[in-house]
Amino acid sequence: MSVSLRMAEDGFVPPSASDFFFNPVFGNSILFTKPVLLVGLSVVLISVFFIASSRKAAIVPSKLQFAGEGIYSFVRNSLGQEVIGPEFMRFVPFLFTLFTFVLCNNIFGVIPLLQFPTMSHIGFPIALAIFTYFVYHAVGIRKHGIVKYIKDICFMPGVPKYIYVILTPVEFATYFIIRPATLSLRLFANMFAGHLLLLVFTVGGEYLLTSTILMKVLSIFSFGFAVGLSFFELGIECLQAYIFTLLTALYIAGALADEH
Amino acid sequence: MSSNLWIFAASEAGPSPVIPHPAEIIVGLVAFSILFLLLRSKAVPKFEQAYRDRTNAIQGGLERAEKAQREAESNLQKYQAQLADARGEAAKMREEARTEGAVIIEQMRTTAQEEAARITSAARSAIEAERKQALNSLMNEVGSIATALASKIVGEALDDQARQSRVVERFLADMEESK
Repeated sequence: MSVSLRMAEDGFVPPSASDFFFNPVFGNSILFTKPVLLVGLSVVLISVFFIASSRKAAIVPSKLQFAGEGIYSFVRNSLGQEVIGPEFMRFVPFLFTLFTFVLCNNIFGVIPLLQFPTMSHIGFPIALAIFTYFVYHAVGIRKHGIVKYIKDICFMPGVPKYIYVILTPVEFATYFIIRPATLSLRLFANMFAGHLLLLVFTVGGEYLLTSTILMKVLSIFSFGFAVGLSFFELGIECLQAYIFTLLTALYIAGALADEH
Repeated sequence: MSSNLWIFAASEAGPSPVIPHPAEIIVGLVAFSILFLLLRSKAVPKFEQAYRDRTNAIQGGLERAEKAQREAESNLQKYQAQLADARGEAAKMREEARTEGAVIIEQMRTTAQEEAARITSAARSAIEAERKQALNSLMNEVGSIATALASKIVGEALDDQARQSRVVERFLADMEESK
């Protein structure tokens, strides 16, 4: 990060968007920057954890299996079964991967040493939104046929004809542009803003330490805030993972429903 | 919000945070796909298997418990039936014993009565025999006495009626005394 370099200059320079961009850890490729390495780490951690915890599939679970099952059954039952309904089982692997992937990458934001939420790089939320986008459209087209599916989206039944002038463009834009855009932007913006907030208090505290004695004492408050906000961030990180998966499940349920 | 970020980014002259890096999208797609395939093939089936096994185990346990319950109930009924049988049998045996006892008492009473009758009749026949014997000996004596009386009457002068009756009375008194 460029923070320490800027400290040497005169005055306080607040953290900014440029603090979210990293030079490659080694080499010149973007494949060796911190966010990409963290994504790779998350794939390894998640798959190792869930494969290890499900390996025995015992009737009386061990602590490890209990933990893995807890997360799995949360996604399976309260995000899959309750939202999608009887056909939910087809989508459980997708929802499960989505939830664990987002959750793990978000939580990286408060893990000491890692301390960077990967999803604050918009490319990753976009990648996930692309999957959601294709899954729910594919589900709807397979269920209703492409003509009926698009007709159902554009012409909501039970509405006066002249309303379609406004409603049809809005509905079309909702399903094909707004949904994937908001899905990725929501996750990205939450993680970006949260991390920036933590940076402000940490960098600010660090700057105060270079100043007078009084300011050094006051830096305690700045660091204290950073610690408190880290717990707050942890909550938001879990919540955003939940929201992303919940919305995906809702979109799939909507595509499966007979009327939109 | 995004316009603010643009200004933010522009002021720092760094890359904008809302412009995705194509390589990161690709990395995201690939990483997610790998994770999806791993979890779908390795983790999800195992978790589902654990669910199924657990459901089966619980249902099997419930069924076993129900079966045991049913068995216990049928055993209870069997034992109660047996108990009722045993009670009935005991009552029957008591009844039989009572009847039998009554029969025995009746028999004994009959026997005793018969014995009593036998003894009575034996006594009676003994008395009869004795009476006959007495009668015989009396007849003999009456004969001799009558002979003696007749001789006396004949011997004495049967002059009048008064005398005659006196003689008879005396005779009878003598007979009383001699008895």
